[in-house]
Amino acid sequence: MGVRTALEWLGSCSGCEIAILNIGEALIPIITEALEIVHAPVLMDHKYFGQCGEGLTLEIPEAVVGIVTGGVSNHEHLEVLEEMRKKCTVLIALGTCATHGGIPALMNGQDQKKSWEEIFQTITTDPGAKVPNIEVPAPLDRVYACDEKVKIDMQLPGCPPNPALIAEVIVSLLEGRPPVLPGKSVCDTCPTKREGKGAVSKVKRFITNAEFTAGEPISEMRCLLEQGYMCMGPVTAAGCAKLGAPSCISARVPCRGCFGPVRKDGNQLLDMMNALASNGIDFSSVTDRRSLLRFSGAHGMLKPVKKRVEEEES
Amino acid sequence: MGTVLNIAPVSRIEGHAKIAIHLDDAGNVEDAFLHIQSLRGFEKFIEGRPAEEVPRIVNRICGICPWMHHLASNKAVDGAFGVTPTPTGHKLREMCQVMAHINDKILHFFFLAAPDFVLGPDADYAVRNVIGVVKAAPELATQVVKMRQLGQMMLDKFAGKAIHPIAGVVGGFAKPMVESERQELLAGTRTLLDFACYALDFAKNNVFAKYMDTIGSLGVIKTGFLGTVDRADGAFRLYDGKQRLMKADGSYVDFEGVDYADYLGEHVEPWAYSKMPYAKSWQEGFDMNLDAPKGIYRANTLARINVCDKMSTPKAQEAFEEFRAAFGRPAQATLLYHYARLIELIYACERTIELLEWEGITDTNVRAKVEPKAGRGVGIVEAPRGTLIHDYTTDANGCIKSANLIVGTTHNIAPMNMSVKQAATSLIKNGVYNEGLLNQVEMAVRAYDP
Repeated sequence: MGVRTALEWLGSCSGCEIAILNIGEALIPIITEALEIVHAPVLMDHKYFGQCGEGLTLEIPEAVVGIVTGGVSNHEHLEVLEEMRKKCTVLIALGTCATHGGIPALMNGQDQKKSWEEIFQTITTDPGAKVPNIEVPAPLDRVYACDEKVKIDMQLPGCPPNPALIAEVIVSLLEGRPPVLPGKSVCDTCPTKREGKGAVSKVKRFITNAEFTAGEPISEMRCLLEQGYMCMGPVTAAGCAKLGAPSCISARVPCRGCFGPVRKDGNQLLDMMNALASNGIDFSSVTDRRSLLRFSGAHGMLKPVKKRVEEEES
Repeated sequence: MGTVLNIAPVSRIEGHAKIAIHLDDAGNVEDAFLHIQSLRGFEKFIEGRPAEEVPRIVNRICGICPWMHHLASNKAVDGAFGVTPTPTGHKLREMCQVMAHINDKILHFFFLAAPDFVLGPDADYAVRNVIGVVKAAPELATQVVKMRQLGQMMLDKFAGKAIHPIAGVVGGFAKPMVESERQELLAGTRTLLDFACYALDFAKNNVFAKYMDTIGSLGVIKTGFLGTVDRADGAFRLYDGKQRLMKADGSYVDFEGVDYADYLGEHVEPWAYSKMPYAKSWQEGFDMNLDAPKGIYRANTLARINVCDKMSTPKAQEAFEEFRAAFGRPAQATLLYHYARLIELIYACERTIELLEWEGITDTNVRAKVEPKAGRGVGIVEAPRGTLIHDYTTDANGCIKSANLIVGTTHNIAPMNMSVKQAATSLIKNGVYNEGLLNQVEMAVRAYDP
């Protein structure tokens, strides 16, 4: 029998689960031989309250390895995460939502209560509708990363995480060795041409395509930051590169930071401001600076502003 | 007050839901609900963001259909900024969207739904899953895994990211396609087309024929349908077209996406975070009564196959004619969603080949000139789970002022509740229920691929 493994998703989009499937054919021996999956809502039918739904307390079977995706934004997520912690020997937070809050933690920059009320007052919503509150889990005060709520043994960020690194984490655990993961920044893994500090004094919005010759390798294209685009490569953890270049760069599109900060507790907004300033670029030219925290708004990084961005822009 | 059976989580679906079946003292079904458990608030937290950034934020609404949100969003931003993508940019986007449909359908039919049919709805839960399928039918399973991987890696390689894409941009596409990429994608898609035809044959012989009784009864309800068709000839469309809203009697109206709010409304129940869209233009209100539903229509594969007049590609048209001759228009049986899904799989492969063979596909003019400004745009594509609507208003700086989203899955929330109730009521009698029966109730949900 394989190693007992449980998978759970909290406030997530299932992109991490698709990334697991993208391991491809190599996944077949992992899920049929190396691991014995005992709980995984996306793939199998183990139920929280017994198979006929008669139980009263939420239960997940004991497992050696637990993998959790998604952030923690409501009471059900918290209950499931705590049960996973209790039942799993090694608990892995997979994906940027689980490690840093991810995109859903953008809500941490808003007045959550007012926002939810307004969601039920859009032009197409029936007048008088209220935020649902029966048999649906109540929200927490903000969106949390998993390690803010329980002890996490291993973190693998990415939106989505790189299938090769997911496989490495699983295989290394089975082999009882530490996983080999990149510890550098996206820039450190980027093959674009850097010609040094240039004439760029402001960053521009991505409303024109980068300059490059179609079909030429990425190494022939000039660094997007040096082309004047806001690119978060300097302040973002490496790991997305699959075919020799960071994923977005390979599509000739600047990085937006989806693997979170280079150091686990780094601040992508402050780090990027510093990176721009040290290159002589005016950081006030960045439209909507708060969205530099769009992937790492948990851990208290992103908070609501009382007066909308005005004070920041001054 | 009798018992409540809490089937949680609903499994082998792509979101967070639970089924609650309320039994009366005699053990018969008093009521049944599909509770949608999650709310994240995308409509609100994209406010203030530069609109051109939003297509790479909202793709996180769904990791299974990120291309759909990415591209509906790009279309909405095009509208708000008043820009028309270049012809090649438009076609490259469509190609990625249609290719993403290919992988999605393979995933849903074989990984999520097939265990119920291959292993049987009553099989033990420990084996009634994709791992069980791999063990029971290793050759088929290996082929399925290979084909899905082929599709995903084609998108990944050409567009940088298959999951949470970035290559669609306001005004068009971020990079042109070169001839070597075109050749590689063509070869891969031809392989996928062969597999798609095999998949439909496999399902016709091994699933639909065998489960015809179940198809005719499980979760069957009577509703209207919503989908997208070609503006000129009413043919099936996924990326662009006019919307068609059909009543249960087969009569329909067509409308342009920008007018969606005149036709669709969203009802809210206090027990589900997801809103429940309904046909406001029918002026009969909203009611999930099984015998006399009001305002209820369905979206997703079966709906699209019902509302279209024909398929624009030959092999899909052949399959479509056979389907329509057998089940009529509109077909109502819920499990036929699976059948319709495989017809769409064939179309998606054929359409990808058509686009790759279009002479302008390798043109380098892939992005139109863009100027951020104030405006409103409505972007609609057919996501695997239904008609996906992104509606943005921007301010003078080209940042989002307000947004309204109607996400594909939500069209089917009310119908899924009805199918759950129909299935539970017909399967559970006098307190007799078991895991197999309860799984059949879930199968009624799974057909909708929520």
